[in-house]
Amino acid sequence: MNNYFTYKPLELIFCSLVVCCIVIIAMKELFNSYWPWYVAGPLIGLMVPVLLIFFNKHFGISSTFRDFCAVAIPGRIDYFKYDVKEHLWRNVLVLGSLAGGAIAVLLTGKPVQVHISPQTTADLKELGIADFKGLLPDDIFSWNNLLTIKGLVFIVIGGFLVGFGTRWADGCTSGHAITGLSLMAPSSMLAVLGFFAGGIVTTHIILPLIL
Amino acid sequence: MKYIPLFFIGLIFGIILVKGEIVSWFRIQEMFRFQSFHMFGVIGSAVVVGFISVTLIRKFGIRTVSGEKIDLSPKPLRKVANISGGFLFGLGWALTGACPGPIYILIGTGAFIFVAVLISAWLGTYVYGLVRKWLPH
Repeated sequence: MNNYFTYKPLELIFCSLVVCCIVIIAMKELFNSYWPWYVAGPLIGLMVPVLLIFFNKHFGISSTFRDFCAVAIPGRIDYFKYDVKEHLWRNVLVLGSLAGGAIAVLLTGKPVQVHISPQTTADLKELGIADFKGLLPDDIFSWNNLLTIKGLVFIVIGGFLVGFGTRWADGCTSGHAITGLSLMAPSSMLAVLGFFAGGIVTTHIILPLIL
Repeated sequence: MKYIPLFFIGLIFGIILVKGEIVSWFRIQEMFRFQSFHMFGVIGSAVVVGFISVTLIRKFGIRTVSGEKIDLSPKPLRKVANISGGFLFGLGWALTGACPGPIYILIGTGAFIFVAVLISAWLGTYVYGLVRKWLPH
C-alpha cells in the first residue's frame, strides 16, 4: 500500500503534463498550422519517461523489424530466435502510430505543402523535383516509379538500408537519437554521428547523381 | 488489455510526427542541407526533455508505477557497428526521407508506397540477420 501513496504525485505530474499537451494541441489546431519544433519535439521527448515510468521500456521503433522477421521467417538464424511475445508492446505501439498517421490526416487533412525553407525548395527544384504538394514528392514516391532505377534506389534500396543499418547500429532515431542521447550513451552518440554522416553523403553526393 | 495504453501512446506519437511534418521527405532533405532549424529543434528538444526526465528518475530514484526499479542501462557500445550501421541507416534515411517510425506512420497517412519501403526494410533486417556473424561489431 505504501507504493500507492509514494507514487501518486508522480502520476499526477504526468497526468497534468498530458493535459497541458492536449491544451497546446487544441490551441495549435485552432490556428490550423503545423506544429513548430518547440511543440513537436518536447512531446516526442515525453515518450521516454512515459514508457519508462509506466512500462519500464526503452522507446525504440526499429527493433519491430526484427520482431517481424522473427515471426515471419525465423529459419535457422539465431538472430531471429527469441520470444517475440515479450516484445509485443513495441509492435502495438507501432500499430498505434500507423493509426495516428491516419487520424492526423482524417482530422486535419493532408498538409497542402510542407513549410520547408525556400532555399531547400530551390535546391530540390534544381535537382528536378517538381511536386511540392503533400508530405512526399510524387516524382519519386509513386507506384509507377517502383520499377524504374530511381524508384528502386529511393524506395527499395533506401528501405533496405534503413532495415539493415538500424539493426547493425542497434537502433534508429527513436532508440539511439532520442532515448540513447537522453541516457548519454556513448553507443548512441556514435550511432547518431553515423546517421548524419550517411544522410549528408546521400543528400550532397548521391542525390545529384541519381536525380 | 495492458497493451491498449501503448496503442494510444503510439497513436499520439503518429499524430505528433505528422503535425510536426517530421514524416516529410522534404523536411529530412532540409535537415541534411542544414537549411532550417526545425528538425534540429525537434530532435534537440526531444533529447532535452528525455535527458531531464532520465536525470530526475536517477536523482530521485523514481520507480515505475508498479514499483519496479527503472532500467536505465544504455545500449551496449559496439563502436564499429554503431558507426557503420548508423552510416548505412543515414544513407537510407536521406533516400526514403523516413526513419522507421515514419515508415509506419506514412502508411497510415495513405502513402501506401511506403508498404514497399517497409518490406524492403524487413528484407534489410533479414539480410542483416543472415550476414551478422561475418560483420564487425
